[in-house]
Amino acid sequence: MQAVNSGTTRRQLLTAIGLVGGAAALYQAMTTMGHAAETQFHGPPKLDGAKPGASVLVLGSGLAGMLAAFELSKAGYQVKVLEYQPRAGGRNWSLYGGDTYTELGGATQKVGFAPGNYLNPGPWRIPHHHRTLLHYCKVFGVQLEPFIQFNHNAYVHSTKAFGGQPKHFREVAADFEGNVAELLGKAVNQKALDADLSAEDKEKLLEALRNWGVLDKDMRYVSGLQSSSHRGYDRPPGGGVDGAPIPSTVLDFSGVLDSKVWNNMAFFMNHEMQTTMFQPVGGMGMIGKAFARQVQPLITHNAKVTQIRQDKAGVTVAWTDTQSGTASVSKADFCVCTIPLGVLNQIDNNLSPALQTAIGAVPYSNSVKIGLEFKRRFWEEDNYLYGGHSFTDQDIGLISYPNNHLFQDGPAVVLGAFASGMGAYRLTGMTPEERIETALTQGSVFHPDNYRREFSNGASVAWSRVPWTLGCCARWNEETRKDYYQTLVAVDDRVVLAGEHASYVGCWMEGALLSSIDAITRLHKRALEA
Amino acid sequence: MKPHLIAAALLILAPFAAWADEPGSVTTLHKPPVTGEEVYQQICQSCHMANGMGGKGAATIPALAGNPHLANADYIIITVAKGRGAMPWFDDILAPTQIADVATYVRTHFGNNYPKPVTEAEVKAVAGAKTSP
Repeated sequence: MQAVNSGTTRRQLLTAIGLVGGAAALYQAMTTMGHAAETQFHGPPKLDGAKPGASVLVLGSGLAGMLAAFELSKAGYQVKVLEYQPRAGGRNWSLYGGDTYTELGGATQKVGFAPGNYLNPGPWRIPHHHRTLLHYCKVFGVQLEPFIQFNHNAYVHSTKAFGGQPKHFREVAADFEGNVAELLGKAVNQKALDADLSAEDKEKLLEALRNWGVLDKDMRYVSGLQSSSHRGYDRPPGGGVDGAPIPSTVLDFSGVLDSKVWNNMAFFMNHEMQTTMFQPVGGMGMIGKAFARQVQPLITHNAKVTQIRQDKAGVTVAWTDTQSGTASVSKADFCVCTIPLGVLNQIDNNLSPALQTAIGAVPYSNSVKIGLEFKRRFWEEDNYLYGGHSFTDQDIGLISYPNNHLFQDGPAVVLGAFASGMGAYRLTGMTPEERIETALTQGSVFHPDNYRREFSNGASVAWSRVPWTLGCCARWNEETRKDYYQTLVAVDDRVVLAGEHASYVGCWMEGALLSSIDAITRLHKRALEA
Repeated sequence: MKPHLIAAALLILAPFAAWADEPGSVTTLHKPPVTGEEVYQQICQSCHMANGMGGKGAATIPALAGNPHLANADYIIITVAKGRGAMPWFDDILAPTQIADVATYVRTHFGNNYPKPVTEAEVKAVAGAKTSP
């Protein structure tokens, strides 16, 4: 790659390849050069030449719907958006002090957070490779700041390990790796792996294990300065007379296994969970607001869709104004429908039978988030915890420390629960008051002295009871992907579905945007052929 | 604890499918639901509500109170085991006996009066093999 490093820049070369061979060749070349393999985003869609007067009705003003409205408008379509809620943004949403939220079943919460504090009920972190979302954040002027995903100093807690005492991630993870390294070293030295490794590779592996697992000269993982260099010290290195560090004591390996810390370690290896991650300044909802600034005049709010019909002439959508009760009908040549599948499944429609079956075949996950506002940042001031997550096997799943306004005085909001699966079912079944009480009880395991004493107020969102989604995200498995996915994403005459549910980046904003770009690109092609 | 309840408790430990934005911790069910009432309170009422009345927003979570579908035991077995619309399948986290017990509970509460108990054998016969997570 001499030419790339001198004279011709990498960008110039890629542009040239793109001009000659088109996007596919450019993508292939970028992948070969170690770029772009992390995303299917190749820039905003280039839609132009819409037939004069051609119209599109967009159902739903989440990110997928608003992106469709923005790009199709730019392409020359007459676009209208119908939205059930009084707010645009969909699951991209932040709750602030003064906000009111009523869940299914009727429980209403008035959020009591101090100005500037918030809870992100839905999305809350953005991986660095979610290039579509990052692109539009930049274009629409959303200010981003780092999201502190990985904090070695945060805790792991298991009711099944160490007598229920939380341990620093750093020490349990180091002890897991150290013990695994020691055991694997033993296997190598006892010739258990001779069939798999050459003599030379055995030597390399032993050297790797010694370094990675901080083993001593005898290939043992033991208490001492070496293991402490990973797991931390009883007295850390200092200056002057007492500068010498005092090593810490390694944990019992059986307890390390009981803690299941490998689950948390593997979590951070997931591609979607790898650092660097980002969040918008001021709350995740800033993204929805920025999208809405582009398309707000196109959106009709408080519109509950009651019927979707298509025929040779176009698409007709009946809807009711939830405030006035007035029934209306909107017509367009085409429709981009981003309504969550569980809701769409209950709307009268004449979509193709295969698509109707697919819509009804995909259930939704649950999830619960709880925000707890405390009077001061005791996790920073007393525990030196700056962002990141403390994990637990209790229903709340984790607590997560704020990533913004570090070192400041005054109240701050901790994410007091991010529950899924059984934990989320149980928390959802509670009243909002019971959820806060449970979050305080379970979270106190990490901060027993301060958690209740410094608590001020809290709010919770249980996604199974969110009135406009009836769930968190589409849940696919291998069978449903095989049986229904292609049908779900195909253009159904004049209607195409879009949203996280129509992507393989499910439950992420990136999936909603990639789905939307793909859907409107194909719909545009369909419209030009009409 | 009966063996089938231990099996159910272990199933519940399995984390949900990767890729989605998820907590990254393993949730342990400290007290697995044993009776039909406990299964209802720990799972079903998250959507169908403590009073069985369901909810109504952009779409409807059906009420179980006075729901005529419940006259048909197979209907509720299939629904709990395999899901329906937005409602997920539960045969990955509930053993057949738990599905039978909660079906019996719902059919005899919230104003419903179908006293014939749903059995584990019926669940196995009607709902068959487990759904993939």
